[in-house]
Parts: sequence; structure tokens; C-alpha cells
Amino acid sequence: MRFTAANTTLAALGRLALFPIQEMGRIAIFFSHGFFHIFSPPLQISKIIEQVYFIGTKSVFVICLTGAFTGMVLGLQGYYTLVKFGAEGLLGAAVALSLIREMGPVLTAIMVVGRAGSAMAAEIGIMRISEQIDALDTMDIDPVRFLFSPRMAAAFISFPLLTAIFDVVGIFGGYLSGSILLGINPGIYFAKIQSSVLMKDISGGFIKSLVFSAVVTTICCFQGYFTHTRAEGFGAKGVSNATTSAVVASCVLTLIVDYILTSFLI
Amino acid sequence: MKKPLIEFENVFKKFGRNQILNGVNLSIYRGEVTTIIGKSGVGKSVLLKHIIGLLKHDSGRILFQGQPLSEMQKSERKVFKNKISYLFQGSALFDSLSVVENIALPLKEKQSLPAAEIKKRIRNTMEKLDLRDIDDKYPSQLSGGMQKRVALARALVTDPEIVLFDEPTTGLDPIRKNAVHSMIADYQKRFGFTGVVVSHEIPDIFYFSQRVAMLEEGQVIIEGTPQEVQQTTDPAVQQFIRGLESRRDDLTGMHTQLQGEKRFLEEMGRLERHQVVFSIILFSINNIEEINETIGHAEVQTVLKNFSVQTLNRLRITDICLRYGLDKILVVLPNTDIDQAQMVCDRLAKELKAEDIIGIRPSPELCFSVDAGFAEAQQGMQIEHIVAIAESAQNELLEFKVC
Repeated sequence: MRFTAANTTLAALGRLALFPIQEMGRIAIFFSHGFFHIFSPPLQISKIIEQVYFIGTKSVFVICLTGAFTGMVLGLQGYYTLVKFGAEGLLGAAVALSLIREMGPVLTAIMVVGRAGSAMAAEIGIMRISEQIDALDTMDIDPVRFLFSPRMAAAFISFPLLTAIFDVVGIFGGYLSGSILLGINPGIYFAKIQSSVLMKDISGGFIKSLVFSAVVTTICCFQGYFTHTRAEGFGAKGVSNATTSAVVASCVLTLIVDYILTSFLI
Repeated sequence: MKKPLIEFENVFKKFGRNQILNGVNLSIYRGEVTTIIGKSGVGKSVLLKHIIGLLKHDSGRILFQGQPLSEMQKSERKVFKNKISYLFQGSALFDSLSVVENIALPLKEKQSLPAAEIKKRIRNTMEKLDLRDIDDKYPSQLSGGMQKRVALARALVTDPEIVLFDEPTTGLDPIRKNAVHSMIADYQKRFGFTGVVVSHEIPDIFYFSQRVAMLEEGQVIIEGTPQEVQQTTDPAVQQFIRGLESRRDDLTGMHTQLQGEKRFLEEMGRLERHQVVFSIILFSINNIEEINETIGHAEVQTVLKNFSVQTLNRLRITDICLRYGLDKILVVLPNTDIDQAQMVCDRLAKELKAEDIIGIRPSPELCFSVDAGFAEAQQGMQIEHIVAIAESAQNELLEFKVC
């Protein structure tokens, strides 16, 4: 009897350990399948452009808004910290490096998750529960190629561009609070940016944004695509759970991957 | 002996602890419509999904032209999939694409056709299915019946060799339902595809299917022609057929074939015991395919309905009227010899007015023509026999011009 109980506990522990490994494996297969089909002919140019519009163009406003306020708050916080050491002249460098290395790619990814990632998970999830994905399959149209690959390609294009917009708007946000409101010399602000930001910082930021774009689209599309296999809810509830998981998992993974990447890039 | 196109050999499928398919054996032949009947939840749709590969069986074999599907190479599987279309129970139209984009999708994605050719094929299919003025509408803006027809158009636009229909008439009104059945029969004849239909619609499925199979407790308990299935003594099959069959055909208001045959046997009993003669009249619409194409399937069903109502109104209360197929109506006239039957036919030909029957938009130079054949029953005759005599002796032509 005790053996049975021990076996059951061991089996449960085993399941607990196996599930994340299986899930990671499935995500990796899903990613490689989708990535491969970005380049498989015929190229899905029109679908990619459509998705660039959805993920990229439609996110510009929200990216500008968050970029501006992030820059402004960095300017504000940075000023009051640096002024204690009489080093307020370094504000430009502090704002620009924080934005380019960390805040830009991370916050852009998180904002896009909220705006476009959740929509991807919900749209694909609804397609799954209303048999539209099965319909693609019956027509011998690869659903992963049709639904996931254009979104990932569009994210590869949009994320770095949105990150660049975020960085630039953020630097001007920092200028607004640091120079215009708190009186730092604008010349010093921009000169410090020029002297402290290296190409390595910028390319590091872009590498991050490229990796985030793969992470975000893979997780969001994966959650939507496998809505029907979720144990905790079917139908509309399944889609709602999938969307929630997509957003939470993408954001958490973005931060984890950011740490790992930073430790390599620094 | 004919070789099956698709064959199930001892197929098993389990979902969790539920054994859905429990050793299914079934043969589907080329150029025929095979209908799978059975109670809800018995695994009919599951069976259909195994053919197209949406589900994988646990054990057993599914063969296509003698080759197991599970052993097919990727390229062979591609060829097989390109020959097959699936009409989903819930239509499964892409809700963010317009009607035209939905129908165009399999052509655009899978075939490297020039845009003009794609446009032409879409237009042809839409016209055949009577889909007009809805090109830019989205599926959610269409009625259920219209969605089914768009889904049917999407399934047929690639000229498939095999079409799988998963409950194609669920939720449709009698006219639309009969129109879909008539479409399946009509297009099957015209395009020559092999059809596999999952349906509950008894007795309608007996009119358009060449083979019927019944699934019960995960196994095919009967497989054969519609006649064989209807005449079987298997209690489970009879209970299912009788349980689902209504006493009246829901389109025409007439007796269903099974009910009508029962009454025919009663009359035959009276003839044999008391020598009370009776005759039959068989009405057949002889240009149904032509008018289907000209005015559309739904309108033809309206005409058929009006014709039935007008005929019923002009018969005696003791006469028995039954639907004998998609385009045939059989009238059993008790206490009537062949001369009186002819008089009834003549009277109907005079009295039935086009305007009462044609409640549809005019289309010049189109005739809805009905043949009426009559015959007197002789002792010991089967219903099929007397119907064949009436069919061969068609001698009245009731013609209604739609102008």
C-alpha cells in the first residue's frame, strides 16, 4: 500500500518535471517550424506587410507615449540622484544608456505583447475552437506557415524599428524633464549622449529586440494555436485562458531572457 | 468485384477512457455517395476526420486505393489531400475573410493559377450554388443556410474527387435542407465526386445515397444500399430509422417513403383478400437538373413544395401521397382502376395552374415539366415493380411554364 502511495507521488513528481520539458520541446518545434516557413517559397509578402502594419504601424502611438514618459521619468529620477553627487551633467548618458540597453527593447516588447501579442493569441485561439485551423489543414494549407510565420517575420521587422522609436522619443523625453524643466544645459545633455553611447550598446539593444520578437510571437501564437489542448478550459474560456497565459508568459520570459542576454552582452 | 476507394479495416480510436471507434470496417466506393448514420456522439464525425487525417487512429488500417494512409510518403499524402474536400458541421469559414476570399483561399494558397482563372472559377462555383450579391460580405453577416452554401462552394471550388460532408443540413429549414440534399445529389452526378455524408436526416438520405452505413457502439452494424438498410430486420437499425423518421415529409407534407410503403402493403392486403383494386400515379419531375441550374436548388424545392400542396388539395382524403425520392411523388389511389387513375391524371393536368405552383421569380422559357405515369396493382406485386410499370408507361405530361 505504502509502495503504491509512494509510486503515485513519484509519478506526480515525474509528471510535474516532465511537463515543462515537454512544453519547451513543443515550443521549440513550433518555433523552428514557423521560422523555417518564413523563407519557404512562395514568400508570403502580402501577409507579412499586413502584419507589419498590425504589429508595427498600429503600435507606434503607444510606443511614442510610453517612450516619452519613460524618458521623462528617467530624466527626473536621474537628475535628483546625480545632483547629489554634482554629476547632473551625466544625465544625458544615464538616460540614453538605460533606454538603449534595457528599457527600450524590454518595454517595447512588453507594450507589443499587450497590444498585439494578446490579439494574436485570441485570434488564433478562436480560429482553433471554431475549426478554422482544421479547415486549413483539410485544404492542405500548413496552418503554422499560414498563421505563425508571417507574424514572426513581421515581428522581426517591427520590434527593432519600434525599439528605435522608443529610444529616440525617450531621449527627447529625458531632455524635456532634464533640460527644459530642471535646467540642465541641452548641449551637455546631448554631448554626453554622443560621447557615452557606443555602437555596441545600440547593436546590443537591437539583438535584444530581435530575440524578444521571436519570444513574444512564438509564445503568443503557440498559446493560441494549442488552445484546444488546455486542461483547464474549453471554448471561450479556453481562449481567455490562452490569452492570459500568452501575455503573462511572454512578459515574464522577456524579462528572464533580457537578464540572460545582458549577462552575455555586457 | 468493385474495389473500394477508401476502406476502414478494424479501426480503433480512444479518447481518454472513451472507446469511440471499436473495430470499424467500412468500404467507400468511387463515384458513390455513402452516408453514415447513427446516434449522436457515436463517432460519425470522428470517422470522417480519420479519412482526411485530422485525427489519427490507434490501431487498424485506413486504405486509400489499397494503400494505408499511415504509410503514405509526405508527397503521396499531399496528392491525396489535394483530391479531398471537407465540409465542416459548423461551416468553419474564415470569419475575418470575405465570402470571395474564403472561396478563393484554397485556390490561391495551393494552386499557381493566374488571377483571372481564379476569378472565373470562383464566379462559376458561386453561380452554380446560387450565391449572388454577397461577394464582400463576411460570414457573420450571412444566414446559416447561406454560410453552408459558401462552405460548400469553398469545398467544391478545387474540383475535388472526394467530398466529406459532416452533417451538412444541421439547423436548416426544410426548403434549405432539401436544397442541400438536392445539391449533393445533383453535383455528385455532375462532377462525379465520391461523397461521404454524415447525417441524421432520415428518410432524405435514402433518396440521394447509393450506400448507407450505420455506426453503433463504435462499429458499423450495417452497410449496404438504402433498400437493404431500410428492409433489414436488425432491431437496432429499425429502431433508429423509425425513431427518427417522422410520419410526414417535412417539405411536402406527404407521407414518408416508409410510411407510404406500409399503407401500400395494407392496400395490397385488401386486394389479395377482398379483390379491392387500387392504382398508383407516379409524378416525376423530368428536368430537375436543368431547372436546378437555371433557378437554383432552393427555388426548385419551393416549386416541389407548392406542387405537392396543390396535388394533395385535389386528391381524396383516402388517397395516399408519398415522397418517393428527391424528385418523385407517388400517389396510391384505393378503390381505383386504371381508367379512373387516368381520369384523375387528366383532371390534375387541367386543374393545376402554373401560378399556384410557381411562387418564384420568372425566368423566360423555362418549363417545369412533370411526367405522370399510372398503373393498376396486381396481386403479389412489390412496390418497386408497380413503380417501374408506372415509370415505363409515362403518358401524361403536365407542363408549367415559368414566364
